[in-house]
Order: sequence, then structure tokens, then C-alpha cells
Amino acid sequence: MTAGSVDRGERPRRSARRSLAAALDRHPRLRLLLLLGLPLVALGVIYFGSLFVLFLNAFWSRDAFTGLVVREFTLANFQKLTSPLFITVVLRTLTMAAAVTITCAVVAFPIAYFMARVASPRLRGALVVAVLMPLWASYLIKAYSWRLILAQDGVLNWVLQPLGLEGPGYGEVGLWLVFVYLWLPYMVLPIYAGLERIPNSLLEASADLGGRGWRTFRHVILPLAFPAVVAGSIFTFSLTMGDYIAPGLVAGGKQFIGNLILSNFGVPDLPLAAAQSLVPLAIMVLYLIVARRLGAFEAL
Amino acid sequence: MQIGRVGRFFAAMSTMAIIVAACGGSSATTAPTTKPATTAPASNQPATAAATTAPTSAAPATATAAAPPTSYDSPLPLPSGVPTSIGAGEGQVTVLNWPGYVENGSSDPTVDWVTPFQDATGCQVTYQNFGTSDEAFSLFSTNPDKYDVISASGDASLRLVRAGYVQPVNVDLIDSYADIYSTLKDRPYNTVDGLHYGVPHGRGSNLLMWRTDTVTPAPTSWAQMFAADSGYKVSVYDAPIYIADAAVVLMSTQPSLGITNPYALDQTQFDAAVALLQQERPNITDFWVDYTKQMDVFRNGDANVGTTWQIITNLLQGEKPPVPVDVIKPVEGATGWSDTWMINSKTRHINCAYKLVNWLTSPAVNIQIAEWFGEAPGNSKACDLASDPSFCDTFHAADNDPFWDNVWYWQTPEAQCVDGRTNATCMDFGQWVDAWQQIKG
Repeated sequence: MTAGSVDRGERPRRSARRSLAAALDRHPRLRLLLLLGLPLVALGVIYFGSLFVLFLNAFWSRDAFTGLVVREFTLANFQKLTSPLFITVVLRTLTMAAAVTITCAVVAFPIAYFMARVASPRLRGALVVAVLMPLWASYLIKAYSWRLILAQDGVLNWVLQPLGLEGPGYGEVGLWLVFVYLWLPYMVLPIYAGLERIPNSLLEASADLGGRGWRTFRHVILPLAFPAVVAGSIFTFSLTMGDYIAPGLVAGGKQFIGNLILSNFGVPDLPLAAAQSLVPLAIMVLYLIVARRLGAFEAL
Repeated sequence: MQIGRVGRFFAAMSTMAIIVAACGGSSATTAPTTKPATTAPASNQPATAAATTAPTSAAPATATAAAPPTSYDSPLPLPSGVPTSIGAGEGQVTVLNWPGYVENGSSDPTVDWVTPFQDATGCQVTYQNFGTSDEAFSLFSTNPDKYDVISASGDASLRLVRAGYVQPVNVDLIDSYADIYSTLKDRPYNTVDGLHYGVPHGRGSNLLMWRTDTVTPAPTSWAQMFAADSGYKVSVYDAPIYIADAAVVLMSTQPSLGITNPYALDQTQFDAAVALLQQERPNITDFWVDYTKQMDVFRNGDANVGTTWQIITNLLQGEKPPVPVDVIKPVEGATGWSDTWMINSKTRHINCAYKLVNWLTSPAVNIQIAEWFGEAPGNSKACDLASDPSFCDTFHAADNDPFWDNVWYWQTPEAQCVDGRTNATCMDFGQWVDAWQQIKG
């Protein structure tokens, strides 16, 4: 019945399998189609298809009272993107994304360097686990924890109080802290991988040519590790730009692009939400083009 | 050798982590963007005329024989498709409701009116809470046949009717309908063209809550909370309809604006309300939708004054140790809600839906919900069954209690002023939404 029951004496079945194998062997394109068909459908239809629907929605409008989508072509949603509020929010989001990315890079580099170049193999293993560990906890739990940490009667103020200091509370500074915490592993890991790939021979060559520690770092390690930093920045930047949950919890009512899109989903004004969604999408496309030029994709 | 192998292992591991991260990241960034797009085409019903056409096209009637309607309350004959009797249950019913309206013991083991209903009718109840009328409308409109029953406040109910999402209810099949307070029935937000689109359930007022330990003297007016120099850390409800709260303040502080209904604001009145909110904005430390979030900020001291619901105060006072808060309805009056149980025009569980609405509006259950949520019950016979004899006095349940004279039930603002003015154009809800986003900044 099944393939397992076929024994050596049964010629016809074997030949059926063989002819299939032979057909596949003769037609490399068929082989390729069978191999890539499913992923292509997933990518093409599900991923690009939904992006296309999103794009299409941006040109529709909605009935002001019922919120139902009216399928008539209009550019009104794009005109709304030039409103002072939206521009303020986009700039605020970009500033936050840049600040988080730079901070993550500055904090992550020494950690990654220590892991890749200084730590003993045993310690290195422990450190990798330590960096990965927060990723095993739910994002929501971490965001809500930070809401409690930053609260007026929260842990942070409790610790700072004896020193006569006060935490940032809810607001942009608090949010910046939360984002740096949340996305740091995404920066550490690419830099670590990048630093580890640098051959020792290059460092030895630098030393042979009289390069001291700083000079070697500045002219050998940093240029070689830079694509990895850019690769890490793709994650920190895009994750910050798209997030709406952490801003909703700790930004004290300050809105970011994600919050605006979400609030239009709740109203509901789906066409405007779609138009607004195209903005971070466009920004990320530009970002990826620049990142590619800087060699980030080779570093991944 | 050993190091190299370990290194490769971790390199592989980190690459995997990056891939995982990238997937997680892209879904995090695209989730809010793709969702509206994929769900939007579902809501393709034309808005106009839907109110009259939808009910007839949907609502599979019961299998039992149709009897001629003996209506004493409905001036018009019910459209075909509206059931004339309640048949056997379909085994399940899904509800979209304000938190606290449908409880099966999972919030508090002693608070459960769903299990007895399930035992009595065999209709298994699934429910989902929402935080604002806008969220409710959005969930309902993007999942048009998911929810059989919805508890709609006045700022969602009329939108649901106009969009054709809910069906007229044959009130002859609602045992308690005659006992529902007359001031809650036949309102513009639950009765359209003589058809009742649901059963009134209860009402309440938005209230001013403050921390008694950090705020002295106790506030008595909204104007104090809205003042630029209040020194309060303010927590407000995060919905465009909140602009009406500012309008209520203006009704007493700036009578020259001539506001007669906080949901009917012309350009000048609207600008004044928005300006008042912008003046308050620097003091606002928290915008809440999820009521547990407001409990957080009051518990942790991030807010000490705010707009609240009675249930939130009750829960905070009931904590161990209790959070020192108190609550009043300020002198200016307040916005509030009058809620209606409505039935989906596309429901496939019409009998269970009717059974559930009957159950929820019956005196015994209506009073349980009212006491748990902290609002006035809609059923006039409910008060006799209150566990606390003074409950209905506290919440001003009586039909014509003067308490409600200055409570403005949520209502969707429209360009045609809802206060009946014909010589002015009012700001429609879309403009309220835009302004609310501007205020939040």
C-alpha cells in the first residue's frame, strides 16, 4: 500500500518512483517550482498582496458618521499627511528612533567587543545567554514592567530618592529608556557577530606595523565592524518607529506614528490609517537603501 | 579549535536570534498597518439607506410559526425578518460589551450571572470587553458577523443603526421592556423611525475622582480640574467624545457661548472647548481607555485627579490596602452614558441573542450588573432586589431623579446639530476626532 510496503520484487512501483525522479532530474525548472512554490506564494500573495491592499486603501475615504470605507478615488488622505500634527509626530518618532539607535550602538559596542574579543569561551557563552535571555520574555510583560518601574511610586524613584534625585517619569525620556532596554539585544548580537568575524591576523598585522590599541581600534576594528552596527541599527530604528504599545504605556499621552495609526483604526478611519502607514514604510525603504550601501546586508 | 567551534555555535545562534528578531520586528511594525487594510473590504455596506434595508436582509427568523405581532409599544409594524417568537437556542452567543456587563466569575468568583444563563438556556456565552465606543464600533464593523449582541452607548448606537449593523428588536419578546424606565426608552440613540433598536440597560455619569491624601481641598468642579494652574496630575478618558466634557465646563463658565448641548458645538463653541483642553493638556499625565490603566496611575501617584467611572473608584477603595480616593459628580454636571443592548443584523444566533438580552435586562440580573459596575439600573423592578438597600438612591435610579438633569448622555456629534438648531452647522464626529488628536499632540 504505502511506500514502506514496497519490496524489491515489485518492479512497477519502483519504476513509478523512478520515473518521477527521472522527470524531476530532466526538468530542473519543475524541481525549482516545487521547491520555491510555497514560499513564493507566501511572499507574493500574502505579504505583497496585503501591502497592495494597504496601498489601495490609502486612496479611498470613509463615511464621517459610520466610519465605513467609501471606495472612491481620492488624494485627501495624503493631503492630511501634511498637517502640522502629523509632521510633528513623524519628526518626534524619527528623533526617538535616531536617539534610541545611537544609544543602543554606544551601549552595545563595548558589550559586544568584550564578548567577542576579551571574554573566555565559558564567559562568552554565559554572556550570549544573558543578552538573549530578555528576548525569551514577552514584550508586553517588559513594557508593562517599565510602566511600573517609571511610576511616581515606582522602583526607580524609590532607588533615586535617597540620592535626592527623581526618575524621568512618563514621557519621552522614560520612553527612550524603555526602548533602549527593549531593543539592545538586537544591536548587541549583530555587532558581536561582526566583531567575531574580524581575523586575528589583521590585528596582528596592525600591531606589527606599530598600531597601538586605539589606532588599531579606530582604523581596523571600527571600519570592519561598522556594517554590523548599521545592520543592528536597522532593527533598533524600525522597531522604534513602528511601536505603539510602549508609547501608549509610558509616553504620558505623547503620540508617535504608531499611536496615530492605531487611533485611526479605532475611530475608524482605515483609509487615513493606511495612508499614514505608508510613511514609516517609505522611511524604512530609504533606510534600507542607505544601509545596503553601507554594507549592512553583508554583515547579517 | 574548541574556541572556534564554540564561536561558530554562537554565531549561528546569534544569526538565528537576528532572524527571529527580524520576523518579530517586521510583524510588530506591520501589524497595525496591514490590519486595517485587510479588514477594510469587509465593511462594504453603503452607509445610506442601510438602516432600512439591512434588517430585512438579515436576521434569520426563528423556525417557529409566525404569529401576528401584538404590539402595544411599536407604532409601526416590524420589518419582515424580525422574530415574532423566541425559538430554541442555537447553543452559543457572542457579546461585545463594556467591561463589567458580562461576568462569568473570571473577574471575581462571586460575580457571575453568565453561568446560570448558560445552565438555563444552553447558550454558551463568549464575550469581549471594549474600552471606548469607538473601539466597540471598530470591532463590530470590521467583524460584521462575529458579535451577536453588543452593549452600545449613545455615541455608538446610532452609528450602528445607520450602518445597518444592528436590527430592530421586537420588544414584545422582551419580558422586562414594559418595566424599563420610560426616560431611557424612545431616545434618538436607540429608537429610529419608530423602531426600537435595542433594550435600554442602565445609565451612569462620568465622575471626578481624586486622591484624598495628596489633593486638598477636595475639588468640587470640573473647572478646577481644567484650570491651567491646577497643579493636579490629571488622568482623562482617551476618546474624542471627551471634548464634550470641556463643553460641559464651558456651559457654566462661559454662558455667552450659548452651548445648550455639549454634543452640538458650532465652530466657535468647538474652538473654545478645544482651547480649554489644550490649556489643561500640560497637566494631563495619563490618557486611559483600559480602566485598569487608570487604576495604575492613581495607585502609583502618577495622577491624583481625573475623570472616572464609579466602578474604578469602587475597585480602588476595595483594594488591600485601599487607595485613598473619593469621587463626586461636580457642580457643572457631567457627561454620562445610557446604554442599550443591541442585536447584530447578521446574527446566526438570534434566539440565544433574544434570550440573553432578556436575561440581562431582567430585574435580578440588571441589578447585579448595576451594582457591580456602579451605575443606575434600567429596569424599574431591579431596585427591590438590590443587595444594598440604599443602592438605587445612591445611584439615582428613579425615573425622573433631578440628578440626571445635568448629565449629558454620550451621543455622536453630527453636522446637523443634535440640539435641534437649524441656523448653525455643528462639528461632525470626524472633526472631533481630528481635534482630539491635535489636543493629544
